[in-house]
Amino acid sequence: MNRPSVEQLKGIAKEIRKDVVTMLSEAGSGHTSGSLSCIEIIVALYYYKLQNDPKNPKWADRDRFILSKGHTCPTLYAVLARRGFFPCEELMTLRKRGSILQGHASLCTPGCEASTGSLGQGLSIANGVALAGRLDFKDYRVYCLMGDGEQDEGQVWEAAMTAAHYKIDSLCAIIDYNKQQIDGWLSDVKNIEPLREKWSAFGWNVIEADGHDFKQLMDALDKAEMIKGKPTVIIAHTVKGKGVSFIEKNSVGFHGTAPKKADLEKAIKEIEEGI
Amino acid sequence: MADLKPTRDGFGEALVELGKINQNVVVLSADLTSSVRANWFRDKYPERFFDFGVAEQDMMSAAAGFALGGKIPFAATFGIFASGRAWDQIRLSICHMNLNVKVVGSHGGISVGPDGASHQALEEITLMRVLPNMTVIVPCDSEEARLATLAAATHKGPVYLRLGREPFPIITNYKGDYKIGKAVTMADGSDLTIVGTGIMVQEAMKALEELKKQGISARVIDLHTIKPIDKDTLIKAAKETGAVVTAEEHTVVGGMGSAVAEVLAENQPVPVRMVGMMDRFGESGEARELMKYFGLDSAGIVKAALEVLKLKK
Repeated sequence: MNRPSVEQLKGIAKEIRKDVVTMLSEAGSGHTSGSLSCIEIIVALYYYKLQNDPKNPKWADRDRFILSKGHTCPTLYAVLARRGFFPCEELMTLRKRGSILQGHASLCTPGCEASTGSLGQGLSIANGVALAGRLDFKDYRVYCLMGDGEQDEGQVWEAAMTAAHYKIDSLCAIIDYNKQQIDGWLSDVKNIEPLREKWSAFGWNVIEADGHDFKQLMDALDKAEMIKGKPTVIIAHTVKGKGVSFIEKNSVGFHGTAPKKADLEKAIKEIEEGI
Repeated sequence: MADLKPTRDGFGEALVELGKINQNVVVLSADLTSSVRANWFRDKYPERFFDFGVAEQDMMSAAAGFALGGKIPFAATFGIFASGRAWDQIRLSICHMNLNVKVVGSHGGISVGPDGASHQALEEITLMRVLPNMTVIVPCDSEEARLATLAAATHKGPVYLRLGREPFPIITNYKGDYKIGKAVTMADGSDLTIVGTGIMVQEAMKALEELKKQGISARVIDLHTIKPIDKDTLIKAAKETGAVVTAEEHTVVGGMGSAVAEVLAENQPVPVRMVGMMDRFGESGEARELMKYFGLDSAGIVKAALEVLKLKK
């Protein structure tokens, strides 16, 4: 895929960010701050890296994206809708009965590759998808986005060992490292550092990037594809609640809370002005 | 005496057959490859075999990934680790997506023997049958296990297959008519029905002979599929015999007996007695010794049969 300009991607991210706060506000519940921290990551994947076809979401040779941090599905949904996997009007049905947009990522959404939400399972699923592709001599790549709090889950490290053991170089994991989880700062709740050294010790190629900087993200995704014989993890440093000041300031409070309708206008204004 | 074989052997044999006829079959294991008889497949088709080490949760979610990639994964380990340790992975990664994963739990039941309570899985039927989309199968001999494995490969959707390690003779007599969800009437009878699953069908057949000596005519049903349950066969048996004994090498809490009682309570209420583990853990001992000690044998079934006959109107 040709590289879009950073300005183009920034424009798209702005629209997605507005979608996300609007959807969550309309739903009246959901995970706001973690959805805002991973917007540039998911936009970089869907508007630059992933080979897929919105009109044929089950195309056998497509690249796969597994959202292991399934609670931040509003961002994935908004990106899928704007990429044409389903109509944008659906976005306002988030979390409502009968909607294709469930409260956590679900296979029922066109373009969504797995049901997730119970943390720690996505990387294992990604391994399986990648190994199945290897058996069929397919060259699709598999991407998996995890949370940083998710690194507490033992299964993540089981999967990390599996990917390194089977030398799954078609796999690229990304960690949305916004430094916070529901109970507070990771460093207070359960320290996951030294994160780079941990993944490196588990046999992975590690790349660090600013998770809101499109040039760095695109460079990292390109580099990951060049590495053979081992999987790559991109540790993307992000800000929880990114783009809306009152959510950034209270990002732990907004982990599992939606912005109130009365605050939506303020949030949209800030996003448009690009704080 | 005929050849004795554990049900896990029938599974291992079927995997080798499947390896030859279906390129999409892959086998996943968690460091217990020989114990679950997946080594026969591994030695023949090493490129389609994946060991996950002692990491059952990772294996189950990876199995989901294989299925998403178009494969038919058989993920095999001991029953307690499959159904217990990886329950949430089976629930969300496999059952919620209704994926074509075959979860295989060997070493089910008290007949695991000397390894004791930690390894004697007594809860898998309960844990697995509560999951939407899941099919639960418990073969009673190695041939039925072989047929169940072959059938599971062509069945669309998640399957849990419970296997054992204790050898038993082949008592089934299939002629190309094994069907998931279709119970088998092993012996006809009119005074009561004994519904067995797994190796307790073997004990039920022995109990049948004991009861015959006492002038009691028992029907024996091999309920190899607990879910979806064969309502028609059970309702008909209850209607025609008026009393039911269930026999499973498994806890009675939510197990096969419970599943049968659910069907009968709603459709054809008759007195029911359950033979099984009475809400307790197992302990070390030899397999047959433990079966006798816990009443999971023909004597236990006969005792329950005599009790339930007293309740029959």
